[in-house]
Amino acid sequence: MDLRFTSEQERFRAEVRDWLEAHVPSASRGTGPLPSLDTAEGFEAHRAWERVMYDARWSVVSWPEEFGGRGAGLLEWIIFEEEYYRARAPTRVGQNGIFLLAPTVFEFGTPEQKARYLPAMASGEEIWCQGWSEPDAGSDLAAIRSRATLTTGAPGAGTEGDRWVLNGQKTWCSRGAFADWIFGLFRSDPDAERHRGLTYFLVPMDSPGVTVRPIAQLDGETGFAEVFFEDVEVPAGQVLGGVGEGWKVAMATAGSERGLSLRSPARYTEAAARLVELYRRQAEADPGRAGRHADDVARAVIDAEAYRLQTYWTVTRVLDGGGVGPEASMNKLFWSETDLAIQSTALALLGEEAEMLGDDSRPPPWLDGFLFALAGPIYAGTNEIQRNVVAERVLGLPRA
Amino acid sequence: MHFAFDEDQLEFRAQLRALAEKQCTPADIREAWASPLGWSRPRWAALAEMGVVGITVSEEFGGMGLGLVDAVLLLEEAGRAGLPEPLVETIALGVPVLADAPGQQGSVLRSRWLSAVADGGVRIAVGMSSMPAVPGAEGAELLLLERDGELHAVPAAAVALTPRPALDGSRRLAQVDWEPSPSTLVVSGFEAEEVLAALGDRAAMGVGAVLVGVADRLVAMAAQYAKDRSQFGKPIGSFQAVKHHLADALVRVEFARPMVYRAALSLSEGDRDASLHASMAKAMASDAATLAARTALQVHGAIGYTWEHDLHLWMKRAWALAAAWGDAATHRARVLEILLAKRP
Ligand SMILES: Cc1cc2nc3c(=O)[nH]c(=O)nc-3n(C[C@H](O)[C@H](O)[C@H](O)COP(=O)(O)OP(=O)(O)OC[C@H]3O[C@@H](n4cnc5c(N)ncnc54)[C@H](O)[C@@H]3O)c2cc1C
Repeated sequence: MDLRFTSEQERFRAEVRDWLEAHVPSASRGTGPLPSLDTAEGFEAHRAWERVMYDARWSVVSWPEEFGGRGAGLLEWIIFEEEYYRARAPTRVGQNGIFLLAPTVFEFGTPEQKARYLPAMASGEEIWCQGWSEPDAGSDLAAIRSRATLTTGAPGAGTEGDRWVLNGQKTWCSRGAFADWIFGLFRSDPDAERHRGLTYFLVPMDSPGVTVRPIAQLDGETGFAEVFFEDVEVPAGQVLGGVGEGWKVAMATAGSERGLSLRSPARYTEAAARLVELYRRQAEADPGRAGRHADDVARAVIDAEAYRLQTYWTVTRVLDGGGVGPEASMNKLFWSETDLAIQSTALALLGEEAEMLGDDSRPPPWLDGFLFALAGPIYAGTNEIQRNVVAERVLGLPRA
Repeated sequence: MHFAFDEDQLEFRAQLRALAEKQCTPADIREAWASPLGWSRPRWAALAEMGVVGITVSEEFGGMGLGLVDAVLLLEEAGRAGLPEPLVETIALGVPVLADAPGQQGSVLRSRWLSAVADGGVRIAVGMSSMPAVPGAEGAELLLLERDGELHAVPAAAVALTPRPALDGSRRLAQVDWEPSPSTLVVSGFEAEEVLAALGDRAAMGVGAVLVGVADRLVAMAAQYAKDRSQFGKPIGSFQAVKHHLADALVRVEFARPMVYRAALSLSEGDRDASLHASMAKAMASDAATLAARTALQVHGAIGYTWEHDLHLWMKRAWALAAAWGDAATHRARVLEILLAKRP
């Protein structure tokens, strides 16, 4: 058993740290902080940051070099993430693409699809959003009704001329207001068993027939959007995985969402370290008041650390050839609850000050973090659904 | 970075599990509860034979010469099996104290006790002056006792025991009356502070490991019961309230486990954050076990509330150990204290 990184990995860490120190947008250099991701201006500023990272080959370290990565291992990815959060670098505007879609493209994509989509995703040239949920299909994802109908091209045109026509509505698409592409699930065979008749599509948001209606989130900004499809034509080459294989492909994406790639531990250990500093400041000002939250502070910090160790445990298993199964659902439960515990404890420490917005009328960092953390138990499969998965697939309890 | 056990470590655990399946059934545990000692000499001998008891004793004295990382898996397994034998005190507390005891007295203690421990002839109990009673004192040949910041090694013949019955029938507590003397002194002063702090850290980790095993067993028992028991014409495990209780308990156990393993690693490597890691581990393990006990009882309903059902054998262990060597809140307070003492 060994929890140390190799000297080579430590050199990698130093290299990441130096680069981030020199490049992360910052107030002192007059380059930051970037405007909110959920505004048109902020979105473009974050896209530009992705490009800066890509040009130095830091945007997707774990991808193969041919797609813009460094072919780095899982541990190097974790190190990169630790440094990224430590440096307080900008939120990854491309996260739905690079963390969720990309692993799915690597697993199911054709060579042409990999070459076509991955580099543009890595550079931020094409930012992706996720089109799964529908007004009547949330937790019950397999209830989706948006349709895909096959129309054959001109007579004799062959399969390559085949086109799909998409109709329906997606909703809650994060960053959908400004994204360039959407990956979505559509019902391609209305007669098949409901998990079978689905197909996974890759669609440009500027396709004729796509309409986007931005939706303001809890903080008042357009963090997600509804997306309407009206006779949107998509070539057959933009199906990911096989026709009718959409559920299987989507579950692979969901595994990434809950498992290792979406929420790296550094996000929480960094927030926990800031929580301790907040506690220190508040306790200097009013020890009695701060002390009443001491137990919650320690609890949140310990949980963040437990998430980190659990991740190392899982990564070791994966590197030894194992997989991440339904345990991913435990992970999702744990990071979302931990995040909420950290953020709400911070607000408790701030007391009556917590409700105050900044001079720009935006939530300051802890309030912003709290509002965001509240979504954690809802997206990526609600925590109630995750508890069902844990009970049924890990503990083997019978389905209802 | 390779955060996993090696084949030998896993194999050792498998052996202990096989032994426990044969020699530590719930009926065996009940028998131990009813016995004068609270545990079984033949089973202790079998554990010694297997190398479990002497795992941390150096080879020079006939032990396995292994460390806390090797021991942690066995302690977890001991908790899962509900082993009544007081292993933590001997292998994770007593032996390391003797191994590091300074000076002439240290070598005397080592040659007098260590091979006897490895042979299975000697058990060690550990008592701090802050404890209301000393667990496992009855049946221990050697007692490591703290008073006024000094640590003493006192043979059983030199103490008077008054039994203090406890809820967990195999945790035999006793009030220990004894007199410190120069001949019993192991360490004093500043040196003792360090030894006692390290002892407390190892206890937090070792008891934490047992707790994770206990919690794991409780969740497993409850999950099995939820599959077997039907109400309203279906297994109660199909009801979502039951599922969610169990899922939450399982998550707390699964996330406590690597914390305990890491604490064992840090302690064995003398990591400068070892105390922090030990406290984090104990805080999580205590809470996981308490939640698992509460959940398992609720899932069992009235049958779990009986003496006759086996659940209480593990529940009572969970409650006792959750409080032993610092409860969750105590360790959380210590975690925050340590973190605040570091300048940012
Ligand atoms: C900030 C944010 C970003 C999001 N981004 C995206 C995105 O980019 N793309 C996308 O496709 N979707 C996205 N979503 C949508 C998200 O996936 C859904 O909200 C989620 O799947 C739940 O669906 P729902 O909101 O319709 O709630 P419902 O499914 O209606 O659930 C409502 C409540 O009922 C409970 N419930 C439902 N079914 C069960 C059951 N079987 N057992 C127990 N309890 C149950 C739920 O747990 C929940 O508490 C996002 C959501 C949020 C909040």
